[in-house]
Amino acid sequence: MSAHGLDRREFLGVLGGGIVVFVSLGPSSLDGQQPRLRYPEDLNAYLRIDEKGRVWIFSGKIEMGQGVMTSQAQMAAEELGVPLSSIEMVLGDTDQCPWDMGTFGSMTTRMFGPALRAAAAEGRAVLTGLASKKLGVSPDALVVENGVVYVRADRSKKVSYAQLAQGKKISRLVDGKAVLRATRDFTVMGQSPKRMDARAKVTGHAEYAGDVRLPGMLYARILRPRAHGATLTSVDVSAARALPGVTVVQQDDLVAVLHADPEAAGRALMDIKAEWQTPPAAVDQDSIFDYLVQRAPAPAVRLMKGDPTAARAAAARVFESTYRSGYRAHAPMEPHTAVAEMKDGRMTVWASTQTPFPARDAIARALGLPATDVRVITPFVGGGFGGKSSGRQALEAARLARITGKPVQVAWTRGEEFFYDAFDPASEVKLASAVDASGRIVLWDYQVYCAGDRGTELFYDIPSAAIRTYGSWGGGAGANGHLFAVGAWRAPGANTNVFAAESQVDIMAAAAGIDPLEFRLRNTSDARMRRVLQAAAGAFGWKAAPGPSGAGRGVACGIDAGSYVALMAEVAVDRKTGHVQVKRVVAAQDMGTIVNPDGARMQMEGCVTMGLGYVFSEEVRFHGGEILDRNFGTYHLPRFSWVPRIETVLVKNDEVAPQGGGEPTIVPMGAVVANAIFDATGARLYRLPMTPERVLAALPPKA
Amino acid sequence: MSAIAFRLNGRPVTVEAGGGRMLLWVLRTDFSLTGSKYGCGSSLCGACTVVVDGEAVRSCELPLESVQGKDVTTIEGLEHGGRLHPLQQAFIDHGALQCGYCTPGMLMSAYALLKKRPGLGREAIAQAMEDHLCRCGAHGRILDAIAEVSAKGGRP
Ligand code: FES
Ligand code: FES
Repeated sequence: MSAHGLDRREFLGVLGGGIVVFVSLGPSSLDGQQPRLRYPEDLNAYLRIDEKGRVWIFSGKIEMGQGVMTSQAQMAAEELGVPLSSIEMVLGDTDQCPWDMGTFGSMTTRMFGPALRAAAAEGRAVLTGLASKKLGVSPDALVVENGVVYVRADRSKKVSYAQLAQGKKISRLVDGKAVLRATRDFTVMGQSPKRMDARAKVTGHAEYAGDVRLPGMLYARILRPRAHGATLTSVDVSAARALPGVTVVQQDDLVAVLHADPEAAGRALMDIKAEWQTPPAAVDQDSIFDYLVQRAPAPAVRLMKGDPTAARAAAARVFESTYRSGYRAHAPMEPHTAVAEMKDGRMTVWASTQTPFPARDAIARALGLPATDVRVITPFVGGGFGGKSSGRQALEAARLARITGKPVQVAWTRGEEFFYDAFDPASEVKLASAVDASGRIVLWDYQVYCAGDRGTELFYDIPSAAIRTYGSWGGGAGANGHLFAVGAWRAPGANTNVFAAESQVDIMAAAAGIDPLEFRLRNTSDARMRRVLQAAAGAFGWKAAPGPSGAGRGVACGIDAGSYVALMAEVAVDRKTGHVQVKRVVAAQDMGTIVNPDGARMQMEGCVTMGLGYVFSEEVRFHGGEILDRNFGTYHLPRFSWVPRIETVLVKNDEVAPQGGGEPTIVPMGAVVANAIFDATGARLYRLPMTPERVLAALPPKA
Repeated sequence: MSAIAFRLNGRPVTVEAGGGRMLLWVLRTDFSLTGSKYGCGSSLCGACTVVVDGEAVRSCELPLESVQGKDVTTIEGLEHGGRLHPLQQAFIDHGALQCGYCTPGMLMSAYALLKKRPGLGREAIAQAMEDHLCRCGAHGRILDAIAEVSAKGGRP
């Protein structure tokens, strides 16, 4: 099929009838849209109102639990004036959806949302225009409800979207002129419908990549090195090859066994004899910090304001601290999985990925196929958190399908998942700050290694401040001295940065003898931050007292993805074991206009709960390139007994367009717990995770 | 080779024995019942949980031979004639899922739990579910959903 280079009219011909509105986010978001395929080249998504009145939304975004399937549908339904039930979402299919860079960075609602809404509003304008001709009244005299256009003065005169779309072939490029509905008129946005994916997920029918079943499909297991950096010195596949039903593939770096039964493939893998040469281990989870700092690239100056040198010299006391965070795994419950099939010269890959289009392009490059001959389909993704961005497993499946000529499934084991995960990098923050006699912060000298600048944004009114970043959170293996791949982990870098910044603020508040909430309010004039702090305090019933008060209460706040969030927590510390129980967390968030309040709360609760992992236990242990934590027996995720009472407060702010909601609440989790531990015990923790051993070591000796 | 016979979601089935196969892969491969998920392969996460003779068990390490003559229920067997089990409905109502990958295992454990110990409170439910992992952090809502069904005496 040569759909390459279609213009919009031709494209509509391919689609069939109805009314189509194309979404373009503008030139910058189309960078990298190469090769341009099957679509008029300036598009990011489109929606189509078909001749039955159903609304189809084609978007390259994917559903990995964050609820965008529902929230995007709500936005379109609102602007079009149709019930949610008439929306069909087609997500993450590179044949059916226009190019999209991927689902990450809390950008779906913030960046893509406005464009989708504008397209839907345009669709409504087109349909209202058609209705106006048909009914012979001006568009102003019409109202739209549930996909039906009525004459306001005489509701017996009406026509449905389905009738209007009949026999039409109309396409529009959204120009942003159609007026969006006002927040006060919302009937679908601002509501909390049940998740559109819920029924499929509770019945076991929701399809994930590993659930795809193709006739003749083989399950592949791939030979993996023992450690990153190891090289294969010899391999003997003869025993595996002798097993019944086993196909062995050996091509370049790829050694794999395949079988119609996944367990048989696993056993065959054990019959491969391989020798590896592993470089000597130079570093582990404790020595990594100095190692990385020594190898850090030159800093980028993100902020230089006032005169930090003079402020330091003038300060009565400078607080100097070093904060550290270990490597964190994404550990989605669904490991990376893909199924690939080569048929009639085209490669189709079903993949659990956050980046279907980049995955498609990588497969095309690796196989030497034109990108038009590769299709990536993204079924439901069983958790991503930034970790499903590489597409490595999709590439492996595609290579094996091409070599064997059979459909192939590559489903990583949990051990492979830990091994190839692009961890949230180990990182370090060096901070020097000072406060004057009136409790105002006068100096902020912030240097961060390997975490980048997300979460460093200064919302305190500090006259002299410097922020320097040495390297960032991204990069493949070897980037910035890391021994394995590192990458985006839910709010990349911000968990480290906000842990450091908000711990430091607490240290100064305590030294100044000022209640930590009062101290924050005294130092910020940012209205949105003040509002979330006060909202959290109100819900929590915050009682002002300088720390450590013994009560075990903490506060921390931050900005992420355009949203403001303040957390308050109450903890109990077992001084004998070092075990910390978080009893209660209040989270107040201003995320601009809220599309789906319950969806937003769900994400906030998820952030608090997932955050407990990096707060208390999650740190990947390694010995050189060898990853020591390869399953949940030693890498501990949060469990039911860890989960506190969580109260979420949505701070209304309809002045601001919808902002990110999947990440903000997780970023202050480290600091809010560290600050609460300090309030309970006087012990200050500078390293995440705050394991019982580290808590014990930090506790002041008993008087 | 002998055959292993058992009831699967109420239907009698037989599978060839031998080969040291685990029930999870038999379900997913031979029966295309893909609702039971692989998460760890080592009885550490609970994603593969099914109910065997009323007990919630982890099928990733359950030898096929051990279900000989038994009654196996998977997530696909929880709904009856298109009617959701009250637990399934409660998970929808409470929004007790995000990515949904842990959901079948959670539901099967909760199902076995409430059959054996109806009327259990939230605290006790939390204890019983302790070894089920959910990376999305839906824990609070999962407990709310199960506790609601438990309080109502939760029968289909
Ligand atoms: S897959 Fe069976 S317990 Fe994790
Ligand atoms: S809902 Fe994603 S793991 Fe539980």
